[in-house]
Amino acid sequence: MGIAVEGARKRFGDFQALDDVSIDVPDGSLTALLGPSGSGKSTLLRAIAGLEDLDAGQVVINGQDATTKPAQKREVGFVFQHYAAFKHMTVFGNVAFGLKIRKWDKPKIGDRVHELLRLVQLDGLAERYPDQLSGGQRQRMALARALAVEPQVLLLDEPFGALDAKVRKDLRTWLRRLHDEMHVTTIFVTHDQEEAMDVAEQLVVMNEGRVEQSGTADDLYDHPANEFVMSFVGEVNRLGEHFVRPHDMEVVLDPDERAEEAMVQRIVALGFEIRVEFVLGDGTEVWAQLTRAELQKLELREGQIVHLRPGQTKSFSGDASSPDDRGASTPRGKQGGDDAEVSAAA
Amino acid sequence: MTTRTPARWGLRTLAFGYLGLLLLAPVAMIFYKTFEHGLGPPIDAMTSPDALHAIWLTLLMVAVAVPLNTIFGVGCALLLVRHKWKGNAVIDGIINLPFAISPIVIGLSLFLLYGNEGWFGPTLAEWGITVLFSTPGMILASVFVSLPFVVRETVPVLQEIGTEQEQAASTLGANGWQTFWRITLPAIRWGVAYGVVLTTARVLGEFGAVTIVSGSISGQTETLPLFVAKAFEQFNEEAAYAGAIVLALLALTTLLLMSVGGRKAKAQGGPIPITGDAAISTSNAKEDS
Repeated sequence: MGIAVEGARKRFGDFQALDDVSIDVPDGSLTALLGPSGSGKSTLLRAIAGLEDLDAGQVVINGQDATTKPAQKREVGFVFQHYAAFKHMTVFGNVAFGLKIRKWDKPKIGDRVHELLRLVQLDGLAERYPDQLSGGQRQRMALARALAVEPQVLLLDEPFGALDAKVRKDLRTWLRRLHDEMHVTTIFVTHDQEEAMDVAEQLVVMNEGRVEQSGTADDLYDHPANEFVMSFVGEVNRLGEHFVRPHDMEVVLDPDERAEEAMVQRIVALGFEIRVEFVLGDGTEVWAQLTRAELQKLELREGQIVHLRPGQTKSFSGDASSPDDRGASTPRGKQGGDDAEVSAAA
Repeated sequence: MTTRTPARWGLRTLAFGYLGLLLLAPVAMIFYKTFEHGLGPPIDAMTSPDALHAIWLTLLMVAVAVPLNTIFGVGCALLLVRHKWKGNAVIDGIINLPFAISPIVIGLSLFLLYGNEGWFGPTLAEWGITVLFSTPGMILASVFVSLPFVVRETVPVLQEIGTEQEQAASTLGANGWQTFWRITLPAIRWGVAYGVVLTTARVLGEFGAVTIVSGSISGQTETLPLFVAKAFEQFNEEAAYAGAIVLALLALTTLLLMSVGGRKAKAQGGPIPITGDAAISTSNAKEDS
């Protein structure tokens, strides 16, 4: 049961969006498809919904082959990044749409819609038009609309992508709680690893149309299958063939046989976390994540020569699938400075 | 941008002056001339059998050509926007022909095609269908000249609303037909309505093509513009002015109907016609493939 995709392939012109992708989503679970832009995650989601035809492969929803079924017959709830609100209908009309198509009785539709609006905390706004709602409200309306028809699976395509940071965090906590109540098999697409780890039970990391690895957040963080996964689910330093998480970099003042000499280049205080950037003898730039207390104890200054002892390191010899920029060890140029926060928590 | 008050007033005066001289003055003149001697003469002129027939025939042209071009226009716009195909550029170009070709030329080409010497004329005559100098030919001409409006007005709106609403409808169980009637058509209705108004205005005022194919026979194949032209040539100024006024009123009525519809939708809180707002939530919908 749940959702299974086998050997999915999809090509748009010269671009191979999906290249032999197989995933398995357990019944009732909440799974995140995580990957950078162009990794194929949205294409995969749309293929599951029937909004995109596969060139090859199979989609099985709750034990039934859905590969050739049109979207309208797949009984999936789909939520779009930009809401796809029916602008000429009220909130009520939007949520009632699927039920009207299914020719429910009017009083039954009314009951169901109001029940859902209470669930997504939009009761009282039933007569508003989408233009009169905030982004977060529109997305909750879209969710209620998708849930109204009691879909077998719920598919969310970057559902919080268009919202600002605060609303985003609120909504994802709320989605987590909603899922705990409803237990409908859910897949959501995101490029934000923090969001994926926060919300999902299972993560599927995608890159260049392929699945790199799937598993729980801990699996991926502690046992990444390759360099790409390691650098995508957290921050990473590269030391020759080895990869080290910045919080596994130990800074010692005295020379040590396992430690390498390094110069403190810059100290950046990010609240609780301190980011210390170093240059090694061979010019490699690395950084370490320290706590405020550690920094005070070490009394580091910019320009100071110290020694770095990498804790847990990983190497993925023979793995060439990772793009160069992901492997780069400098913290600058990395998207999202708050990635490190999660690393510390995980 | 802020413009200083004198400059703003200067621009306004210029705009009003331009419009007044080119548009308002001639129309006002017609009104003045028509009602110069009271309501009696124009009413008399417009209730003659020929005038009434001309009004009826003009409305018939509208009643046939506008629905035909609306259905064709919406269907064609859907084809152009929603179904990418190499031949679309060709279709797109052909649709613009009526804009590019002078109505007189359109009339002549129809004449050649359906005349006694033409490709279709003799065959149709055998079946007992006369196209030239009768209503079918006039309808053909009207449809031809007013064909592009609905397509041209609908295509950009269709592009603007994007496909996400339609996709959402399909995941909610709606089939193609239901999606069209419940989602697509309401979303593009202001574009279509504007196209319908332009089509109507064009059909009401069509002169060149219809002159050629109709033969302009009073009381038989004479539409209102032809009636006005003939009255003017025969120095029957009263009838000419009155006919012009009726034409203007018919066109105004269409415009009014649309703006009343628009205001009603606005009062209900629905989307306001011809808004750029849809672009915000539907464009850039797919950053990730």
